[in-house]
Amino acid sequence: MKYSSQMVAKPYFIFALMLLAGEILFGLTMSIQYIYGDFAFPAIPFNVLRMVHVNLLIVLLLFGFMGSTYYLIPEEAERELWSPLLAKITFWVFLIAGVATILGYLLVPYAELAKLTMNDLWPTMGREFLEQPTITKIGIVFVVLSYLLNVTMTVLKGRKTTISIILLTGLFGLAFFFLFAFYVPDNLVMDKFFWWFVVHLWVEATWELILGALLAFVLVKLTGVDREHIDKWLYLIIAMTLIAGLAGTGHHFFFMGAPGYWLWIGSIASAAEPIPFFLMILFAYNMIKNRRIQDDNKMALTWAKGTAVVGFLGAGVWGFLHTLAPINYYTHGTQLTAAHGHLAFFGAYVMIIFTMISYAMPILRGRPHGNSAKAQKVERASFWLMVIGMIGLTLALTVAGVMQIEMQRIPDSAHAMVFMEVQAKITPVYIVRSLFGVMTLLGLLTYFYSFFVKDDKKVA
Amino acid sequence: MSERITKDMARNIYFGGGIFAILIFVGLAFDSVHQIPKLSHTENITKSVVAGKKIWENNDCVGCHTLLGEGAYYAPELGNVFQRLGSSDETTFKAYMQGWMAAQPLNIPDRRKMPQFHLTPEQVNDLADFLIWTSKVNTQQWPPNIQG
Ligand code: HEM
Ligand SMILES: [Fe+2]
Repeated sequence: MKYSSQMVAKPYFIFALMLLAGEILFGLTMSIQYIYGDFAFPAIPFNVLRMVHVNLLIVLLLFGFMGSTYYLIPEEAERELWSPLLAKITFWVFLIAGVATILGYLLVPYAELAKLTMNDLWPTMGREFLEQPTITKIGIVFVVLSYLLNVTMTVLKGRKTTISIILLTGLFGLAFFFLFAFYVPDNLVMDKFFWWFVVHLWVEATWELILGALLAFVLVKLTGVDREHIDKWLYLIIAMTLIAGLAGTGHHFFFMGAPGYWLWIGSIASAAEPIPFFLMILFAYNMIKNRRIQDDNKMALTWAKGTAVVGFLGAGVWGFLHTLAPINYYTHGTQLTAAHGHLAFFGAYVMIIFTMISYAMPILRGRPHGNSAKAQKVERASFWLMVIGMIGLTLALTVAGVMQIEMQRIPDSAHAMVFMEVQAKITPVYIVRSLFGVMTLLGLLTYFYSFFVKDDKKVA
Repeated sequence: MSERITKDMARNIYFGGGIFAILIFVGLAFDSVHQIPKLSHTENITKSVVAGKKIWENNDCVGCHTLLGEGAYYAPELGNVFQRLGSSDETTFKAYMQGWMAAQPLNIPDRRKMPQFHLTPEQVNDLADFLIWTSKVNTQQWPPNIQG
């Protein structure tokens, strides 16, 4: 570690991993409720499980991005963080706000939580991914603003690199588009239209800039390829991201009351969205081929390659599968959507956080050459358990989606089967999904265990 | 390929392409915002529809159901429930909704459960009005059939 203030990243990483464990546990509970409707009901109805599941995901990714930034920025700017104290304060504020919100979901009925937090004053609750009480949303804005201030000041006062500027651009975009979470018009269609400004323009625009920058940083460090080369790739990736991803928002405007031209524009633009993800694969493998140094932290490189590949599978392949309007007409809002959502979020965003953690944590823990070979072996097992678990879960959901479309969507009104009957028929596939979920959890536990594997040398 | 492209060229593609993409998107978004009131029949949004939307949100119905294909995939699509279970008739649909909301959770072992939300008859009426309004949005002929 070159700058002592990079140390503030550590609690962010640890807490992000704890939230991931929670996310998976809630996901598993949901997957059982999919099969046995009485499981955990009425103690925790499905919608509550789901809001905890997806909110933990969002919050863990934000913690992960923050930890990654606090580690990366001092090294890129070649100076200490502007205010390590502010970074520590925001950590605790965010942690307390996050935990309080999750407890709110779990302890009182949602309508009660809306009343308690005076949602009527400025209603923003009850929309997918944006279930947080308005007061929590305002808290998130303050946390993000203080984080941006800290990072921006550090960059302004220090060396400015392509990586840090692009990371900052992505972070400002993240903050800007979150503001649409506060706009909830009475017209449901208008509401949905701007809801996608948060969701799509996060994961398929601004976050991709963050993803690209983090990936580039790790590759610079692990391969020693010169920056001219790395920066060029990074620019090409994010250029394609914006060119395809902005108008690509139209793939959500097909059937929800927006104008018909989105059927064409959304299909064509979003069909190009896999390109930046494919470029990330070429990028990672190219840099590794041309590397000038051999870093002992082999696992960080494995995670980097994994992010590029699984991100492309989840976002690129599974996204393309249903992004053309004539196909989306049949797949829209089925288990196929769920299949894609899982592998895209995991492959692109959860895995880049793992990449950063696996790169940075050993250094933060005083092991500049990475973890011991033994610990890396355990970590490699955890990598495959999680990756295979998530791909298996995605394949199961894909089969479920195809079955659902076949029975419920394709036949005409006289012959189509009722939703609940279709779901009953899919049950065996949901059992397979749960088993792969268990495998993913075991992978995460193995990952945790790798932190405690003793150093070979000390043993000897 | 990459050998012939320099970093400066890549940066120009990013800025040029990025600004172009932003302009197109913002232009189309403005046009959509002008067209959506017509496509969704804003003029039919009554006080009751607005109240119904609030009830929909305050109980996180979207945490189980999809509405126009968006939401959770645990429970049926409700964008066309007016046609499916109300035969496109307001009186029939509202009577059905009062009965349905009161009957939850259904006592069928192992079936997926919908919670009891303790709504008043007026609230259920508002919710029904919101779903009726939603069912008339121009969705480009989606869903493909009555099952949603
Ligand atoms: C890492 C990047 C991505 C993430 C995290 C992601 C995540 C998601 C999620 C969570 C949904 C479900 C939203 C909802 O609840 O309604 C979704 C929907 C969708 N995504 Fe992505 N996505 C990514 C990239 C892509 C790409 C690159 C494409 C196209 C090539 C794509 C195409 C779609 C489509 C068409 C839908 C709508 C599905 C439907 O009609 O039900 N996604 N995405
Ligand atoms: Fe999207």
